[in-house]
Amino acid sequence: MKITLKVWRQKDAQSKGRFETYTLNNINEHMSFLEMFDVLNEELIQKKQEPVAFEHDCREGICGTCNMVINGQPHGPMRGTTTCQLHMRHFKDGDTIVVEPFRARSFPIIKDLVVDRSAFDRIIQAGGFISVNTGQAVDANAIPIPKEVAEAAFSAAACIGCGACVAACPNASAMLFVSAKAAHLNQLPQGKVEAKRRVQAMVKQMDAEGFGNCSNVTACEAECPKEISVVNIARLNREYFSSVVGSETVV
Amino acid sequence: MSWVTRFLTSSLGKKFVMSLTGLFLILFLVVHLAGNLKLLPAFAHDPADAPGMAFNEYAHFMTTFPPIKVISYGLYLFILIHAVQGWILWRQNATARGSIGYAVKNLRAVNTNARIAAGMGWLGTIIFVFIVLHLYQFWLQMKLGNLPMTDYGAGPIKDLYYIVAETYRNPVFVIIYAASMVVIGFHLWHGFQSAFQTLGLNHKKYTPAIQFVGKMYAVVVPLGFALIPILMYLQSLNA
Ligand code: SF4
Ligand code: FES
Repeated sequence: MKITLKVWRQKDAQSKGRFETYTLNNINEHMSFLEMFDVLNEELIQKKQEPVAFEHDCREGICGTCNMVINGQPHGPMRGTTTCQLHMRHFKDGDTIVVEPFRARSFPIIKDLVVDRSAFDRIIQAGGFISVNTGQAVDANAIPIPKEVAEAAFSAAACIGCGACVAACPNASAMLFVSAKAAHLNQLPQGKVEAKRRVQAMVKQMDAEGFGNCSNVTACEAECPKEISVVNIARLNREYFSSVVGSETVV
Repeated sequence: MSWVTRFLTSSLGKKFVMSLTGLFLILFLVVHLAGNLKLLPAFAHDPADAPGMAFNEYAHFMTTFPPIKVISYGLYLFILIHAVQGWILWRQNATARGSIGYAVKNLRAVNTNARIAAGMGWLGTIIFVFIVLHLYQFWLQMKLGNLPMTDYGAGPIKDLYYIVAETYRNPVFVIIYAASMVVIGFHLWHGFQSAFQTLGLNHKKYTPAIQFVGKMYAVVVPLGFALIPILMYLQSLNA
């Protein structure tokens, strides 16, 4: 396949970026999007040019680092797919593909397509954990959990923290991520005890990081590679209100 | 900061205020529409009544009955809060994207009304301008006493009907009004159901009903409002 790439190049956080155009003539349709970038970078290195910086780790859709916006869509055109799992067969021979970094004030660019998502880490540090000493692994059936609850918590726990929801949201809101993390922990017996404090602490940190306010556009769910549902956002809303207004918890 | 201030200035708290004031305004529109219908001869108590009698008597009641007066001050306040808060959220959201936006814009969403949702700030701005014009044309004239008086046998009352009928003799105002109702319809199409989602009321059993009622409301209520000046204009052509 012949592919023309327009890629955002930016030397570092301070410099101004711009699009560079590259043409790749020998792309195999079975390659993943990242493998195409590997080919591009090999060529650039041979020409003694700076390779394109992009993040990746697992390349199997579970780490959430391979972030780029492909033709205006975080993680590209396929639903429920990370960039590393996106294959070139979903593009046509001769296509021009525009690749940009995630754009959000809370995700500053480090270089080229790499952004700093440590805002998410700080939200997790604020409340995305349970404070119990685990000790030995307990028997899986020692705490009975209804199947529907386990399933709802698990589908929220599928969030890989990639940040595509923020990138896709016209308001750059982090509500889908925060609500997924809260819904994961708040529904299970081990997490429930701290739920009231957790929701207040995580929302407080989310606001402090400068993410936008959710206006229920639902672009986040459509672009989320794990297809996390906005139902979790409604859940976070009501848990937050009941915690702030209806409990004695103050964070 | 006390917990109340912290709540009201948090992103979720601001949205909470938006949805509650929005729902109040949604209720208000129904009352307002019921009142406006009295402008039409078809809704007069008695077809033999002078034109606008039912409307003028209703307007007199609404502006003099003390409990309604209190509610109306609440209403002005809620409109202001909804507008100012909405504007703040809109500006914050615009800056959250950062200084450089996307070169390729491609909005994909789960809700079919995502484009309306993303345009609520603009829609709201147009509605705000309309409300200012609307208040200037009728409410302010009434407050300043720039109205002729009329008497149906129970003492003189203000003839609000007269300036409404005069205004919608002019096709320009009819078009502005009808176009504003279309904008309000779009605003409600998203706003109605969005208010429930923001309050956390997303429920397998009820959300389909909420969405259905919201869409019906967003069509029927603005349409009802828009028809009134159109009919009054047509009437004025015959008169
Ligand atoms: S909710 Fe989805 S898009 Fe957002 S961080 Fe989690 S996996 Fe990524
Ligand atoms: S590289 Fe890990 S999710 Fe794509």
